[in-house]
Amino acid sequence: MIRIANLTVMRGTKPVLTDLSLRFGHGGITALIGPNGAGKSTLLHAIAGLLPATAGQVEVEGRDVARIRPEERARLVALLMQSDRVTARLTVEDLVSFGRWTYHKGRPTARDREVIAEALSQFDLEGLASRQIDSLSGGQRQRAFVAMAWAQETPWLLLDEPLAALDPRHVRDLMERLHGMSRPGEGQRSIIIVMHDLPAAARYADRIIAMKDGQIVTTGPRQLKMTGAVLSDLFETGLDVVQVGGGDTVVPA
Amino acid sequence: MPLRDVHMPDRRRLIPLALMLTGLAALFLAWNLKAPVEFILTLRVGKLASLVVVGAAIGAATVIFQTLTENRLLTPGIVGFDALFVFIQTALVLLFGGSVQAAIPPLLQFIAEAACLVAVSLALFTLLLRRGAGDILRMVLTGVILGIFLRGLTSFAQRLLDPSEFAIVQQASIASFTAVNSQVLTIAGVTLILALGAALWLAPSLDAAGLGRQTARGIGLDHDKVVLAGLSLVALLVALSTALVGPVTFLGLIAASLAYRFCGTWRHAVLIPAAALIGAAILLAGQFMFERLLGLQSSLSVVVEFLGGLLFLFLLLRRSAR
Repeated sequence: MIRIANLTVMRGTKPVLTDLSLRFGHGGITALIGPNGAGKSTLLHAIAGLLPATAGQVEVEGRDVARIRPEERARLVALLMQSDRVTARLTVEDLVSFGRWTYHKGRPTARDREVIAEALSQFDLEGLASRQIDSLSGGQRQRAFVAMAWAQETPWLLLDEPLAALDPRHVRDLMERLHGMSRPGEGQRSIIIVMHDLPAAARYADRIIAMKDGQIVTTGPRQLKMTGAVLSDLFETGLDVVQVGGGDTVVPA
Repeated sequence: MPLRDVHMPDRRRLIPLALMLTGLAALFLAWNLKAPVEFILTLRVGKLASLVVVGAAIGAATVIFQTLTENRLLTPGIVGFDALFVFIQTALVLLFGGSVQAAIPPLLQFIAEAACLVAVSLALFTLLLRRGAGDILRMVLTGVILGIFLRGLTSFAQRLLDPSEFAIVQQASIASFTAVNSQVLTIAGVTLILALGAALWLAPSLDAAGLGRQTARGIGLDHDKVVLAGLSLVALLVALSTALVGPVTFLGLIAASLAYRFCGTWRHAVLIPAAALIGAAILLAGQFMFERLLGLQSSLSVVVEFLGGLLFLFLLLRRSAR
């Protein structure tokens, strides 16, 4: 479980998150939605322990993320960042293998190799394994970075706008995969995703957290909280949630 | 699908480099060797050792520095090492006079200078990185400004020297590979081997740091600790080389650029020794050509600096053209 208590994060003198308290239970997909500058990415970084809290506390599986060693933290929480950019000339396989760094510290075991192969296969990257990262399309790169985060084998997977560079087919592929991983069973992951793709959130998220101006506007099961009224208020534009082909989607009102 | 061993560095690329360096060393020692063989050989071995130690130290230090600063144009020289060295030389002569400076045993002088350079750079690193290694650019810029400040101070102090003392300082300010004290060289050699060993131990962490600060922290690297350890090694290696022969700013840029190009890898377990071997080979080949083939007494470092400066401009222009 993730427990956030009275979390405030400042950038300089400006508060980005203000006195925020939240709990995340195991399993499922939680979508963090809200307008630009709402503090969604900051919240993910704070949960991952990569941004110090000005006040308050973040606990992952009962441990204060500010106090645990980086390598232990990386076994609890994996974070895909918005601006993942690598200057070194790595292949896809090299990149994914870095997801195992906290376990092998540069000397991979048979288990590490097994997980790397599985990550490549999970995200359809086997054919691209020996390609250089900088020769890939935006969508392929994104999948490679998600695979790296997945290879960390953490109970918590935090993804900051993983759908940004993807076409509709790959959005669907990726969300289906993530949805499958978040269901109960062996190797179940608890996934928190910052997303601007509201139709994808309406279709795949189990839980919605709507944020604005560094605060939580509303939180709860998607069916209850993903409504036209909530979204219109949140994004300050007319939006509606309608049923299409047995699933929800978001359309302009 | 059979996976190749992605994290096992391919060290085979180092073999031709090591062979090249060995060949150059043999050529350097044996070329035109006349009687008294033993005497000439002793002189040549001393010079060879100082060239190898300096080239290797600068090459390795530059690769580490560029990874930590995430910038392949920067060299440790840019943060004002050379300026500090020349300042120390000038201050010594100004305060104690040229004769006292000349009277200090070379070993003591080397250790004191190296210690002073390491201490100042570590103070700079820890002071500036207190708010996290994300501020590494600020550290580099501060180094550049400090370098300018020290150069100004040095040039002011040099106006106060008399001509003979000024000549002593002038001589110390240009890298020279002749007549390095053998005791000093032994200490420098042992320190270099220890520092390279530490750098290889740190190599997997440097690989991870090469992903960039944010991603590296995300996969569990204690980035701040690695930056501090890496910069300490850089300080030691550069101090070692500067205190041994004087400032060489751009040699590292040439060695590191060639190492990246030749090895085509991101693995520091290969890049660090490769840059060390290439750095040593450049100095050795240069000195050989100058001294033996062209019969010139001109300072090798001037030419290395000139070529390195050209490479710097080339890399800079190519980058801005992209």
